[in-house]
Amino acid sequence: MTQPSARIGVYICHCGTNIAGTVDVAALREYAATLPHVVVARDYKYMCSDPGQELIKTDIAENGLNRVVVAACSPHLHEHTFRSACEEAGLNPYLCHMVNIREHDSWVHTGPAATEKAKDLLRAAVQRVVWNEPLERRQIPIRQSVLVVGGGIAGIHAALTLANAGKKVYLVEREPSIGGHMAMFDKTFPTLDCAACILTPKMTAVKSNPNITLWTYSEVISVEGYVGDFRVQVRRKPRYVIEDLCVGCLECVEACVYKQPKFADEFNLGLSKRKPIYLPFPQAVPQVVLIDPETCIEFKSGKCKKTCVEACGERNAIDFNQKETIETIEVGAIILATGYQTFDASRISYYGYGTYPNVYTALEVERLINASGPTGGELVLRDGRKPRTVGIIHCVGSRDEHTNRWCSRVCCMYSLKLAHLVKERTGAEVYNFYIDMRTPGKGFEEFYNRVAEEGVHFIRGKVADVYPANGDGQLTLKVEDTLLGQVRKIPVDMVILAVGLEPRADATEVRRMFNISCSSEGWFLERHPKLAPVNTFTDGIFLAGCCQGPKDIPDTVAQAGAAAAEAFQLLDLSAIEMEPNTAYVLEGVCSGCKTCVGLCPYNAISFLADKHVAHINEALCKGCGTCVAACPSGSIRQHLFEDEQIFEEVHGIMA
Amino acid sequence: MKPKVAFYWCASCGGCEEAVVDLAEKVLDVVAAVDIVFWPVALDFKRKDVEAMPDGSIAAAFINGAIRTSEQEEMAHLLRRKAQVVIAFGACAQTGGIPGLANLYDRESVLAAVYRESPSTANAEGVLPQPHYPVNGEALELPVFHERVRALNQVIPVDYSIPGCPPTPKLLADAVAALLTGRLPERGAVLAPDKALCEECPRRDSKPEKLAIQQFKRPHETLIETDKCLLAQGLLCLGPATRAGCEARCIQGNMPCTGCFGATSRVRDFGAKALSAIASLTGSNDEAEIVQILENIPDPVGSFYRYSLPVAPLPAKRAPAAE
Repeated sequence: MTQPSARIGVYICHCGTNIAGTVDVAALREYAATLPHVVVARDYKYMCSDPGQELIKTDIAENGLNRVVVAACSPHLHEHTFRSACEEAGLNPYLCHMVNIREHDSWVHTGPAATEKAKDLLRAAVQRVVWNEPLERRQIPIRQSVLVVGGGIAGIHAALTLANAGKKVYLVEREPSIGGHMAMFDKTFPTLDCAACILTPKMTAVKSNPNITLWTYSEVISVEGYVGDFRVQVRRKPRYVIEDLCVGCLECVEACVYKQPKFADEFNLGLSKRKPIYLPFPQAVPQVVLIDPETCIEFKSGKCKKTCVEACGERNAIDFNQKETIETIEVGAIILATGYQTFDASRISYYGYGTYPNVYTALEVERLINASGPTGGELVLRDGRKPRTVGIIHCVGSRDEHTNRWCSRVCCMYSLKLAHLVKERTGAEVYNFYIDMRTPGKGFEEFYNRVAEEGVHFIRGKVADVYPANGDGQLTLKVEDTLLGQVRKIPVDMVILAVGLEPRADATEVRRMFNISCSSEGWFLERHPKLAPVNTFTDGIFLAGCCQGPKDIPDTVAQAGAAAAEAFQLLDLSAIEMEPNTAYVLEGVCSGCKTCVGLCPYNAISFLADKHVAHINEALCKGCGTCVAACPSGSIRQHLFEDEQIFEEVHGIMA
Repeated sequence: MKPKVAFYWCASCGGCEEAVVDLAEKVLDVVAAVDIVFWPVALDFKRKDVEAMPDGSIAAAFINGAIRTSEQEEMAHLLRRKAQVVIAFGACAQTGGIPGLANLYDRESVLAAVYRESPSTANAEGVLPQPHYPVNGEALELPVFHERVRALNQVIPVDYSIPGCPPTPKLLADAVAALLTGRLPERGAVLAPDKALCEECPRRDSKPEKLAIQQFKRPHETLIETDKCLLAQGLLCLGPATRAGCEARCIQGNMPCTGCFGATSRVRDFGAKALSAIASLTGSNDEAEIVQILENIPDPVGSFYRYSLPVAPLPAKRAPAAE
């Protein structure tokens, strides 16, 4: 590689006042003009605008530029913009280099030091870009199928959208049925639609759609590959019931040697009982029962009469020897819709959840008031009494530095909904204890007014304590009413904790497996909070629903649709251009030490025994640089990260 | 007239001089082809003889050893003036070598260890070497002991290097032959192959494609198989990072490569590259476990920078004084 005779144009963006408010852009421009090889240096209010890009294009033509440096925002945002501008002007896009003087400088520094740092960064870029070489992008085909992980409303909607557009979808759900949290809700705010009535048609549509392969009771265990070509392994747990043979008649459940349900029912949060062989809930999809080996007598002793098998008869759907299977699928894109978990209310000891039987979480109450719930929709306490007074505590595990700092967004509205439903079903006096009432959404504020007019009491204050009142199982809520300015003690029969939403306990493992980022709280991180809200930093992996952050059903569905559209757009390209920043082996000097071969996360490196050298398949290489760093004899290099480029950049910084 | 050749040693153990002697009967060919005008270890010429020679009159000066004292520095400058070609001969001259590890300590600690604290030293008065010392009315003079050890090219411009601790007789013979025929490569080159040692290792085919080292062992801790890749046996072999050309002599002696031939031309920091490669071969993805595996490597600086500390970008114990 020899140093070309570079003619560099330097462009400094003001980004309104984002950069120019902190960095002295005029001084920076004057400094840039003094650097070697710099032919022209300009500053402009918005380099990313059309006139800004036009400056570059004109200079390339008129000043014969063969290198371009743009000092602006993060390359994540506008590298593509400026590379494209160069390309349109006939310059190879990889001869354009960006310097981040916004996120790396003006946003994090103040005073003259910011300008000095900008000079250092700019000098480094100018020294580096001299060594940049023209590169060509590669084309790779995209597999025409999508994996959707999670079968809640987000996953269901994304899967249906893609399937209806003719794409092949694999929908993988951990639980025995799809439906997620939404299937557990009674009504939805603010319209009071029955959740099941609007969800179950979509669930059955999933099952019947020929483009969707539905795997419930299954988990993704490994992900390899990259955008357009992911290889995913899915573990399918044994149900001990053959899915293709079971028709969901439930005769086996009826015939089980346990005459009465005896074991905590997961779907009803333990508020009711089920048998060892069971259907998770009446509208479950698929309508296939499963056996819980922890409680089934046959699994525990091997001496059951197996009346379930008898009842199943010639269908022969029950198979006690079923083993887990591992399926491998290849997909072009992945949508993560893994949802959330509700805050564990027992973490706040003074609310008495788990101690006082009449303290419930909101999700438990959803089940209690649901017609298919443990009490057939009748809201009664554990001792069978109807509550006459009910207190709903908002922000449990939300907006609290001791638990979770964020607002969970849905609790105010679902608390209003529960207040309405409780009052409607029981006629009880209902108290809502809130910090701030947050009702920003279509029809939300109107719903709040409606519930207030119905006579629900609203007390602004954070409940400080819940403790038994005298007799009757009643509980006293102690709260400072901040509007009255006094402490109040309100006795109630039932306490409902409006628990917040939080990332699932295994979010970290999941994000590592899919190689995406998450926020410090654990929500999966979108590529850009405004302009790429369903993309991740890993190409080809998209987000939908609450795994990205708390949101309500309409927002979830909208986001799922957006994720499906992004995935569809990707697949519809049929091939994508790959960045040319791949690694390559200098075959003439490779010693064949094989250090690199086992390190490649994309299995792009093979060892050519006949030549005794390593070989990199450029179509598989993602340019991660692992092998480049590891090659002990410096015989692997990487386009766009050549030694000369990196060292010159370092020298420029240090100069 | 035969071309004139000079040999000199600086901070070194004498092993490189042995390498010249190891030419055995070939040394006669060398003597027949060149005039050895300076070789303190074998021939009785003095510094003043060299000073008397016209500048540039020596065809090539082979200098081994690192630079620690003022005397070594002066001789390096003198030979640079007198010789058309200066060759850094051996690891110490090329990159600092074993003496260079002294840069882990400052000058005072080194002198104290050698002249005061070492158990075999009898120095009740605690006398340290002095540049000037009056004895019986006369002034005795000793070279100044510099703050740091330097490689030859950190003191004078060097034309070529011959790597090794010590270099092999073959490399020396090849270099002399190249000098005589004028077929020298571009200045600055290392006169040895530019691939890593695995290329010429007799055990190369036994190296697995994926290594997952669970435990590093030192040679005395294990029975070393004679036909299997040493890394695959858990021995810290730096062959993958080290320049070839030694004919894998240590490996043939059933000992791992310690890296005396240094890096290839494409690597700027031998120790960092070797460390990066070796660390990537540890058989774990768990941080605590990786730390545990790597803790089996004693003295990481001494292992990975054994021959190259003075030219490494690692910070020295003390910033070099203006020397």
